[in-house]
Amino acid sequence: MPANPFNSFTDYGIGIGLRVPHYRHILAKKPVVDWFEIISENFMVDGGRPLEVLESILEQYRVVQHGVAMYFGSADKFDREHQKRLKRLVKRTKTPWLSDHLCWGSVDGRYTHDLLPMPYTFAVARHTAEKIRAARDYLEVPICVENVSSYAEYHASEMTEWEFLSEVVELADCGILLDVNNIYVSSKNHNFDPYDYLNNVPHHRVGQIHIAGHSKFEKYLLDTHDHPVLDPVWQMYAHAIKLVGSTATLLEWDDRIPSFDEVHNEALKANKFRDKQLVESAA
Amino acid sequence: MKRSKPINSATNSSSRAPRNISSPAELRELQRVMSAALFRPLTPRWRMQKRWIDGRPMEEAAADFIKPNDRLSSFERLEIYNRQYWFRVLDCLWDDYPGLRAVLGQRKFMRLITAYLARYPSDSYTSRDLGNRLEQFLREEPQWAAPREELALDMARFEWAQIVAFDGPSKPPVTPDDILDTPAEKLRLGLQPYLSLLELDYAVDDFLIALKKRDSDALRAEASNAVGSAPTARARRKPIRPPKRAKVFLVVHRHDNMLYYKRIDPEAFAILSALAQGATLENACSDAIAASDRTNIDWATQIKEWFDDWGVLGWLCRP
Repeated sequence: MPANPFNSFTDYGIGIGLRVPHYRHILAKKPVVDWFEIISENFMVDGGRPLEVLESILEQYRVVQHGVAMYFGSADKFDREHQKRLKRLVKRTKTPWLSDHLCWGSVDGRYTHDLLPMPYTFAVARHTAEKIRAARDYLEVPICVENVSSYAEYHASEMTEWEFLSEVVELADCGILLDVNNIYVSSKNHNFDPYDYLNNVPHHRVGQIHIAGHSKFEKYLLDTHDHPVLDPVWQMYAHAIKLVGSTATLLEWDDRIPSFDEVHNEALKANKFRDKQLVESAA
Repeated sequence: MKRSKPINSATNSSSRAPRNISSPAELRELQRVMSAALFRPLTPRWRMQKRWIDGRPMEEAAADFIKPNDRLSSFERLEIYNRQYWFRVLDCLWDDYPGLRAVLGQRKFMRLITAYLARYPSDSYTSRDLGNRLEQFLREEPQWAAPREELALDMARFEWAQIVAFDGPSKPPVTPDDILDTPAEKLRLGLQPYLSLLELDYAVDDFLIALKKRDSDALRAEASNAVGSAPTARARRKPIRPPKRAKVFLVVHRHDNMLYYKRIDPEAFAILSALAQGATLENACSDAIAASDRTNIDWATQIKEWFDDWGVLGWLCRP
């Protein structure tokens, strides 16, 4: 189960996001990390320090690209400049798979820099799947789409979010980056059972998992990535691992970033659940 | 922070989102309406505006396409995204333009960049480019920086040049061997694409250095355990005298992937500017010397020194 066409049949373990406050530590101390996830757009530049850092990282670590601006769900066609730069980066990093979000974020060439929720309709699923297929054909790398956390739903929606995700990935024949924290956040914001979500997506398509922390407000949860992972999310992660098998897992920590060791130790907690699952599978 | 009245972004969107989405065209309409809602500036209390672009109550417009739930109305759910959008883009420009912020003061800076983004929402997939039309906007609507219009323009140009220098493209630098056989009257050289030449009316470079020193001193004191070294609020807020009017010829560049700014002589600036515009080496140098009012200069020696420096810094490349 862990190695599948959607993660290029790799068997990656626990990774963490490569973030600027940790550059110096990583380059100087060379800590043992199974793999780093990079935000593609941060390195789709022409030169300077970002590419220098990336080259150093690539010499010593495995890297997987995660994007924030493909906007598979935008009505707009792909930004050609974005696609060209992304392909150049894919060749540079040799990422075994590439992920981005099941969302939209731009229209008529204007960008919100946000991951906005989709209306869950069959027509939109077809449109989105066509774009994912086109991206995969152009970039020549397997693609996993990530479920986003959301705070609003549209009247136009015809199905649940997990039905929409399933429809899109089946039509596109692509993988899923299952963000367990996002499912939890959205379940609280939209009053659904997060285990219904976990149980009802095509498990054989899950190529990667995200875990992260979130923030609680009076009337909703916000996906802030500025905390350790909360217990209900760990419980969901354990359930997800049971369903999909030991899968490449990444901790996202993007704001109020603590020391490298603190982030890495938090990520490595995921091993407990993976190990338990492996024991159960062996038994 | 208290903010000024919102300035609405010009949009070409229709004011009503379709209720059903059964085609990409209807998806586009929904996305146009939603993005128009996001791009509308927040009220002075950081809330979503109460009226929609067609004059209807925003509550009604939001309810057209956003479902309420048991805790939040359609308005409140849409407002989360409206606020997130503005917090995100304002944060980016806040970080990218510390000098402009110091020159204008925080309140005026916020008014300026809100007006800027309302007029020019992001046209790039990367938030790195958010400031790419700020210079243009300051030329078109200088009143947002009054009474420091010229200073603000200089600072905005200077800070954008740093963004370009940080990760802009580079070309292989030319070596003496590359140009050995080309006579000066035919030789054309280019400048590195990451390099910006700025003719400024204010010493914004000195100002920014002083500003960064003040902020790093405050941070260092904060990090120290030494008795009596804790920074006071007053020390952190200590104002820095705005830069005086002074002609400055500045090159913003990078070397070994570190960002630098270097003042150069006006004649050196003229030569580099002419080269960047495609002049031959001979014409660039002779025109710069002819325009100079300086005398008693051994121009041959001086120009050789400049080119030696520029060669070491890797500024020159094939056009």
